[in-house]
Amino acid sequence: MINNKNWIKIKNNNAADLNAIPTIDIKILREEIISCCTIKNLETYPMRPVAFFGKDWGNGNTRLFVILADDKNSNNDPEGSAFYISSAMFDKNTKTYESITPLIPAFHMFEREFFEEFNIKPLNHPWLKPMRKNQDEYPFFEMEGEEIHQVAVGPIHAGIIEPGHFRFMCNGETVYHLEIALGYQYKGIEELMVKSPSNQLAESIAGDSTIAYNLAYSKLFETLKNIPVSNRAQLIRMLALEMERTAIHIGDLGAIAGDIAYLMGASVFGATRTLVINTMLEFSGSRFGRGLITLGGVNFDIDNEKIYRAIKTFDKVEKDVKRMVRTMLKNSTVMSRLEKTGTISTERAKEIGLTGMAARAAGVSLDTRFDFPDKWIKELDIENIKIKGTGDVNARFKLRFREILQSFSIIKKIFEKLKEYPNEPINQGYQVLNKENLKDAFVISAVEGWRGEVIHIAMTDNTGALTRYKIKDPSFNNWYGLALAVRNNGVSDFPLCNKSFNLSYSGCDL
Amino acid sequence: MISILINLIILLILPFIMTGIIKKTKAFWCGRKGASIFQPLYDFIKLVKKDFVISKTTSFVFSLTPLVTISCIIFAGLFIPLVSGKAIITIPAGLIIFAYILGLGKFFSLIGAMDTGSSFEGMGASREACFTSIVEPAFFIIMASIMALSGNYTFESLSKIISNTGNYGALIAIFAALALFLMVLIEGCRVPVDDPSTHLELTMIHEVMILDNSASGLALLSYSSSIKMLLISSLIAKLIIPETVSFYPLLYFALIFIIAIIIGTVESSMARLRMSHVFEFIFIMSTFALIVLSLAAVRIFGG
Repeated sequence: MINNKNWIKIKNNNAADLNAIPTIDIKILREEIISCCTIKNLETYPMRPVAFFGKDWGNGNTRLFVILADDKNSNNDPEGSAFYISSAMFDKNTKTYESITPLIPAFHMFEREFFEEFNIKPLNHPWLKPMRKNQDEYPFFEMEGEEIHQVAVGPIHAGIIEPGHFRFMCNGETVYHLEIALGYQYKGIEELMVKSPSNQLAESIAGDSTIAYNLAYSKLFETLKNIPVSNRAQLIRMLALEMERTAIHIGDLGAIAGDIAYLMGASVFGATRTLVINTMLEFSGSRFGRGLITLGGVNFDIDNEKIYRAIKTFDKVEKDVKRMVRTMLKNSTVMSRLEKTGTISTERAKEIGLTGMAARAAGVSLDTRFDFPDKWIKELDIENIKIKGTGDVNARFKLRFREILQSFSIIKKIFEKLKEYPNEPINQGYQVLNKENLKDAFVISAVEGWRGEVIHIAMTDNTGALTRYKIKDPSFNNWYGLALAVRNNGVSDFPLCNKSFNLSYSGCDL
Repeated sequence: MISILINLIILLILPFIMTGIIKKTKAFWCGRKGASIFQPLYDFIKLVKKDFVISKTTSFVFSLTPLVTISCIIFAGLFIPLVSGKAIITIPAGLIIFAYILGLGKFFSLIGAMDTGSSFEGMGASREACFTSIVEPAFFIIMASIMALSGNYTFESLSKIISNTGNYGALIAIFAALALFLMVLIEGCRVPVDDPSTHLELTMIHEVMILDNSASGLALLSYSSSIKMLLISSLIAKLIIPETVSFYPLLYFALIFIIAIIIGTVESSMARLRMSHVFEFIFIMSTFALIVLSLAAVRIFGG
């Protein structure tokens, strides 16, 4: 149960008054966090960190903001699930605090990031290594023994994927431990966002989550600038988000099939994914939906002719995907590769704060769409899928399939619903871009992309100018999950585990 | 003389076409049109024209590897009866020379891979060495059993197995052919043992060993694994096509193409095995070898 004196509540896409955020002693804050986030059993959901970041507060002081998400409303708040914010101030002489990670491992990456950015050291942090800067000095673990060997992969990889360094400590063919050193894509997005925020910048942060990022950004600024969005535009946005989910999930099913050298799967999924992204091309002029979402709505309307064609295409895609997935699940050679590969237990997933699709496949049902629902979830009567998550590649494969079917059913409902709002404006024109921001505001915006929760946070000062922009991709939490998942697996199964997670380098490096 | 020349041309050209047919079959199962069956030949020519890039960490062993490997394979190929049903070189116990010339080629490809000092290539070499150590005894057992039965220790005597021992020999021929087919998959680095089309270094076996090779070195190494597939397939042909038929060359080509199509189909319809299960797969070949051995033993010593 949260102490209301030390925290303030904030709903998704709502602004909080920056001055109302309590500033408490770091020792008390740490105690509070530990009491709120300790996992008591597998059935209940305690609070979990979604942000833990600093901001330069002038005169050498640093203010640490902590946001905990109460996904399942463990505080029994009458208004439903919410985020809780608190903060602590470090003056210029305080350069250490007692680390939270040893007790709540979900803070592992957050504390590393905070240390890297503000040089305030969490004492007794078990793995205080670079997070995205100073990769040249990354202190890898060492391991010695007769059959021990290290395999270094990357940062340049064989495919056309992004850079990242993986170091496997292997005993023969078995992986003992995997260290993932990222940061090769670090380009200072957060600083850029403060200087010149734009939809174009937001949607280019992670190319495979274009819609999710742009949506999180737009919703955040619509709250900051108080811009209304018409029902029709909201539905088109939701449609785009679900289309992105189906397209990437189908592509990933194909990638998993390709990794186990099951050619038929790879080509069928590749072909069907193209149909989905080509429909997006028809809707928005970009296969990944770039330029579709803008502040105040969307840039492109979808007429009935296009809807008719899209329905026909999606029916075909759904049929093909269903048939191929069933063929694959019946094939014993495929199943022997997927089952019990890269397993991450429910307990472990909760402990390290896994989020999104990877968490759901491990039996941790976190989904921003249903935990922090908007009005459409009820109006469209969308039901969450229940999955018994075994946490292996097989579970992630099947979950992707289930989510594809779920998204197709949502898409169909949206097509129906769009007919009810035929003449609404789809955006508010370009003048809304010049509207003033709220003053002294703190806004959080969470969107469930295909990979998991995309979280954008912004702060303004007393003139309404943006002072801090914080982004958290699900990959930020989940990379560590991948490292744990490959333990005790064959080193040759790593690519398969990696594809089943399909994490973003760019979204994590920022 | 002409027959030797024809055999030599077949030995050099047919591997490209065989690989081309495998690729065409895979494309067919994926619903694609696929490249021409001569594409592997065009690729070979393209690679040969390119310039080398040689890693600074390598020694002369690395540069020597492609040449040694290809020479070993082609020399070994001279002992195998191809299209005419007769080998270019026929000597007693040619089997042993054949196997150890192949072994020499493999040894060089292993040390060539390890010479680069890359952790990937060492890993690939260790996998390949491990598989070979299981495949080689099985191959010897099969060949020696059959040759012992037909009474003449040459590869040409393989076809006598059916005519000499009738139905009994047919049984042996079937098991031996199955074992050799598995050997084609293993030595040719095909699915389910290896995935020739992957780009993922960590899962590769053969491909990872040639990662540092470029241009003609790469061309020769890929070429030599195609020739190896042809050689083992030719042994299957020799084993199951009866000696008495008058149109051996026709059946020979048909059989090679059928084997290529089967490989392509296997590759399209199943996933690759998990690395730890590959050993179990290779042990199937050993099992067949033991069956052939016991059948031969029963035949020879009576039972």
